[in-house]
Amino acid sequence: MAHVHFTSHLRHVAPGGAVEADGVTVAEALKQVFTRHPALRGYVLDDQGRVRLHIAVFVDGIHVRKDVLDYPLTPASELYVMQALSGG
Amino acid sequence: MADHLYLSTRKGLMIYARNGKGWVHKSSVFLGSPVSISLTSADNNTVFAALNLGHFGVKLHRSTDGGATWTEVSPPAFPKVEGGDKDEKAPAVADVWSLAWADPKNPKALWAGCAPAGLFYSSDLGESWTLNENLWNMPERANWFGGGTVNTALHSICVDPRSAKRVAIGVSCGGVTLTEDGGKTWSVAGHGLRNEYTPPDQAQDPVTQDVHLMVQSPTSPDNYWIQHHNGIFRSTDNLKSWVEVTNAPVSHFGFPVAVHPKDPNTAWFVPAKKDEQRYPVDGNVVVNRTRDGAKTFTTLRRGLPQGNAFDLIYRHGLAVDETGECLAMGSTTGAVWTSDNGDDDWTLLSAHLPPVYAVKMA
Repeated sequence: MAHVHFTSHLRHVAPGGAVEADGVTVAEALKQVFTRHPALRGYVLDDQGRVRLHIAVFVDGIHVRKDVLDYPLTPASELYVMQALSGG
Repeated sequence: MADHLYLSTRKGLMIYARNGKGWVHKSSVFLGSPVSISLTSADNNTVFAALNLGHFGVKLHRSTDGGATWTEVSPPAFPKVEGGDKDEKAPAVADVWSLAWADPKNPKALWAGCAPAGLFYSSDLGESWTLNENLWNMPERANWFGGGTVNTALHSICVDPRSAKRVAIGVSCGGVTLTEDGGKTWSVAGHGLRNEYTPPDQAQDPVTQDVHLMVQSPTSPDNYWIQHHNGIFRSTDNLKSWVEVTNAPVSHFGFPVAVHPKDPNTAWFVPAKKDEQRYPVDGNVVVNRTRDGAKTFTTLRRGLPQGNAFDLIYRHGLAVDETGECLAMGSTTGAVWTSDNGDDDWTLLSAHLPPVYAVKMA
C-alpha cells in the first residue's frame, strides 16, 4: 500500500503521521484517506474536486504538476501532500 | 450602544470590548489566517468568521458564546458540475465577501455572498449551504465581470426589514439585483447608476455597474445608498431608480458607506483618490458625512491623520452601531479609529494591526 503524508499545517484535520492507502492513482488513495478523515477533503480539494491551486503533490520524489489526481501509484509509492509556496 | 468590535484582518479576527469610554483588546482568534468577514447575532452570542486560507481554501467558523470558542462548519461551495474536476473554469468559492441574517423570524437562516458572485443560503446556521441557482442562472450574469479581481464578488446583501423575501444584492461588477419572492425570481435594480469605464453608450447599463457597497436604511427601507466606483448614488423610491450625488467633497471615489440606523438622510463615506491609485487624497484620512440626504456634506478630520497617510478603508471597513452615534473604521495599514459622537471626533484604537478587511460593531 502507498504511504500518504500530509503537511504538518493540516495536522488538525489530517492523520498525525503517514497513513497507508490502497489505490492505483493519487485520487484513489486520497479518497480512502478522506473517508477516514472527512474534514480533510475540503482543505486539499476544491468545490469541484480539483486539487487546490496552492497544494503541492509529490509522488516518489516527483512534483506532480499536471493531472495530479490521475497520477499513478504503486504499492510502494510515497505520496506527499504539501502546501505550495505560491500560496503565501 | 455597541460594546464589541470584531475586526476581520489579514492575520486573524481581533475582538475588542468596550471599557468605560474606550475599548480594550479582548481576544484574537485564527491568528495568522486571513479573515474576510464576520457576522454577529443581535444578542452577540452567535458569531461567524469566514477565513480565506491561502493554501487550503475558504473556511467558515461559528461561535455560540460570543467568540470564546469556535466550531468549524461548512463553507459555501458551488455544486459540482459535470466534468468540473477537469475544467479549470468550473466555479469554486474563492472568498466569502458577505454574510447576512436572512430572516429576523428564523435565527438559523443565513445568506452568504461569495466570489465568484454566487449567493448561498443556509437554513441551519451554516451547517450546510445551497447555491441560489435562480440568481446564478439569470442571463444578465453573463455580462458581470470582476472589479479589482478576476472574480466577480457579491459583497452587499440587503434583507428588507419589511419582508425577508425582499433581498437586494450588490455585485462588483454586476450592479444591483432584487428578489421579492425569497430568491425564486430576480430582476435588475440598478437603473440610474452610471459608470465611466465602459463606452459612453453603455455607461448606464444597469448590469455592469461596479457597486462597491450598498446599504439600506433599516427604519426607512425605501432608502438605499451606494458607494460606486464612479461616485455616490442614492435611491429613495425602493430601488425603482438611483440618483447620482455629485457634490461630495474631496473625492467621489471610495469603498465604504454606512447609513444611520434611524435617519435615512444621514450617511458616511470615506473618500479616496480615484481610481486605481486608491489612497487618501493628499494623504489625509477623512470621513464625509451628510445629514440631509446628500444636499450637503461635512468633511470630518478631527483625530484622523492629516498628511502622509496611506490608510485606505475597504468596503466593509466602516461600521456604525444601532444608535448611530458610535462608529468604527479600520484601514489597509492596520489602523483602527472609533467615534462615540456621530463621528465628529475620532480616537485611534491601534495603529499596528494587520490590514483590516471588515469591521463589525455589536
